[in-house]
Amino acid sequence: MIRLEPRPAISGFWTYASPVTAVLLTLITGAFLFAALGQAPLEALHIYFISPIADWYGITELFVKAVPILLCAYGLALCYRAAVWNIGAEGQLLMGGIFASVIAVQFVDSDAWLAMPITMLAGVAGGMVWAGIVAFLKLKMNTNETLSTIMMNYIALNLLLYSVHGPLKDPHGFNFPESALFGDSTLLPILFEGTRLHLGLAFSLLALAATWVFISRSFIGFQIQVMGQDQAAAKMAGFNKTKLVLTVLLICGGLAGLAGAGEVAGPIGQLVPHISPGYGYSAIIVAFLGRLHPVGITLAGLLMALIYMGGEMSQIFLGLPNAITGVFQGLILFFLLSSDVLIRYRIRWASNPMKAGAA
Amino acid sequence: MDNTKRLEMIGITKTYPGTVANDQVALSIRHSEIHALLGENGAGKSTLMKILYGVTKPDTGTIIWNGKEIRLANPADARALGIGMVFQHFSLFETLTVRENIELALGNQAGNSATLATRIRETSEKYGMPLDPDRRIASLSTGEKQRVEIVRCLLLDIQLLILDEPTSVLTPQEVERLFETLRLLSKEGCSILFISHKLHEVTALCESATILRHGKVSGNCEPKQETPASIARMMVGEDTPITHNAKRAIGGADFLQVRQLSTTAADTFEIALKNVNFSVKQGEIVGIAGVAGNGQEELLKALSGEQPYGSESIWFAGTAVDALSPMQRRRLGMAFVPEDRLGRGAVPEMSLAENTLLTSFDSGLLKKGFIHFPSVTKLAKRIIQTYKVKTPNELAAASSLSGGNLQKFIIGREVEQAPKLLIMAHPTWGVDIGAQVAIHNTIFALREQGCAVLVISEDLDELYNICDRLGAICDGQVSPFVATDDLPLAQLGQWMAGDFAADAQEVAA
Repeated sequence: MIRLEPRPAISGFWTYASPVTAVLLTLITGAFLFAALGQAPLEALHIYFISPIADWYGITELFVKAVPILLCAYGLALCYRAAVWNIGAEGQLLMGGIFASVIAVQFVDSDAWLAMPITMLAGVAGGMVWAGIVAFLKLKMNTNETLSTIMMNYIALNLLLYSVHGPLKDPHGFNFPESALFGDSTLLPILFEGTRLHLGLAFSLLALAATWVFISRSFIGFQIQVMGQDQAAAKMAGFNKTKLVLTVLLICGGLAGLAGAGEVAGPIGQLVPHISPGYGYSAIIVAFLGRLHPVGITLAGLLMALIYMGGEMSQIFLGLPNAITGVFQGLILFFLLSSDVLIRYRIRWASNPMKAGAA
Repeated sequence: MDNTKRLEMIGITKTYPGTVANDQVALSIRHSEIHALLGENGAGKSTLMKILYGVTKPDTGTIIWNGKEIRLANPADARALGIGMVFQHFSLFETLTVRENIELALGNQAGNSATLATRIRETSEKYGMPLDPDRRIASLSTGEKQRVEIVRCLLLDIQLLILDEPTSVLTPQEVERLFETLRLLSKEGCSILFISHKLHEVTALCESATILRHGKVSGNCEPKQETPASIARMMVGEDTPITHNAKRAIGGADFLQVRQLSTTAADTFEIALKNVNFSVKQGEIVGIAGVAGNGQEELLKALSGEQPYGSESIWFAGTAVDALSPMQRRRLGMAFVPEDRLGRGAVPEMSLAENTLLTSFDSGLLKKGFIHFPSVTKLAKRIIQTYKVKTPNELAAASSLSGGNLQKFIIGREVEQAPKLLIMAHPTWGVDIGAQVAIHNTIFALREQGCAVLVISEDLDELYNICDRLGAICDGQVSPFVATDDLPLAQLGQWMAGDFAADAQEVAA
């Protein structure tokens, strides 16, 4: 009989081995899945996971996809370390996109150098407003943030649809639900000629460094982690819960909003109904897969971006539906949660405990 | 008949991951004997009891009951044999009546439901602890709740009653009454296993004792032939000091003043404080005795600022601090040692270094909002060294320390902040005797430096040992405070039961 036995202490080895295990199990399951769909497993895996990044352009595209995911995930990790279960990065990203677009359409024909920075700041503000509402509901109304953030995601999505069908719709756009194309002064500069890789990469690297220093070196970062692990201790020490909850939510909202602004003023170049294929949701998986650590998150975010690209590849070359992306995301999360059990428990092949007693 | 063995446990061994809780333990109890099981926290008493009551299965070992080897699969098996157990933490449904609780707990063993109420009444009166079967548990005092647990055992045909630290929740008077009940039971032939670490109770009540240390039997004795000191020696081994010299002090100016502090209860499980008045002077130790759940937790939260109340009822050195947060109060010189070490006093999965930072952040550990790690490490190392905390190093997780060592660390951390007011809840609860002495000496040293110390505890031995002035709390009200040496135990007991009418001046005179 197999049984799980609590470990005397948390396993440091499995804390890091668990995400690796999850990825390997996902690949193995993926192979079986492809086989069941009538594909040659290894070849399909190659098309899914290797071919998207086989050339320079592919690699830059990987980063284009990873930037919004990473910006969301760095912020989410702060929330989760504070035990604030923010599921709302998606909504915060969409609001960032809407706010940025409101500013960007004012600069369509302008070449003011301020256009791009103001657009980005508007995006940050949009995400912060959306997260700020959640903070208010949580702190003043004692609302469960898991539920409120999910609901706020739907509100944001419908606000986006309203915007592109209404106030932000391009008057010269033949009634398509899209905003005007943004002016060059608003768009994020391209880093490498001939690619779509934009300045958002620099934002994401800055966010990596800033959140890393913040969480591991600053006293507020320490307080956040104490609050996340042990509310009673945080209260005993006199840490200000309101301030801490507000801090993590606003940082996360700001980063997610920046991600949204970076999408509309980056690869997309206008506001459209689908500015995110669920980046804010996959960032949740990325945050946990990366062990809530900025470096781990960066690796996990690149993997997640690869899964998005692989999904597109398998659509094109294997004729598989786009749902395959969601399947792989789900598999990774499922295997991660399963493997994480080993951090606190170990497996025992137990014999009957009374046998020894009878001897 | 009297000399036949009721119970024999031979070679009981039980291993948990990382520890051997019981190592070849032997225990034997005669008919109608009151037997003490002694040992410090973590000595393996609870494990042994769980094995005897069928909650846990031993790895190896034999249990012989009335001459026959038995196998216990669950507590119902144990009850069917006539083994009853009263746990330290009651397992009663607050919203149900006495009869309903007993019926639920015993299941089929409760017998005829129609006559249960009558049997409860008769049994409880016979043993001198009357109970009304139709009262709701929530309306009972702690002592009465314990009676429910005991009567529940007595309703069955009981031959061995196990009591796990039964006196920790009782006033001295209630303890006396419990002892009478136990002696009556023993006279009728029931064996009693009495688990405690209060040595004077054991010498007063028990005929024989088994002493556990580090999971092994370290001695057997007849308590009436021994002194509390000689038994303590068997409990802690040869190398630990078990005595300390308590000098009384008279404080200077008032540092903490509580004036007419009243609160309202947020829910039915909270106790409202009612017009609480007392003060703690610089350079004195003031103790508040009381049975758990009489407003101690609420008083501590009001003092620490975790739960702010009212206005102008708590004063530090002449300044009202009611509006200040816990952090602001710390900056005025308050330090706080809460009752729960893991999960309030220390973050379990953080290292000792991080747990140093938890409350010592104002001791030069921060530079412009960033943590200065070398300073944190240095302070953590100093605390570990000065207060003799047994741990591999400052990177060990708080949860990896024993209760006593963690408490030494937490108290050291607070004391190193050179507080002007130290508030402690149950400072040596569950701490081994060696650590207890070290903690008390630390408190004395702090008093000598002029710190005002407030100790809230259920352990009367401890309070009499260390406090300069003493009072009691009952149902959210506090008694007068008088010099410890002028307060007889009986008087304190009445105060703990809420009878403040007994004139304090008369006692003091």
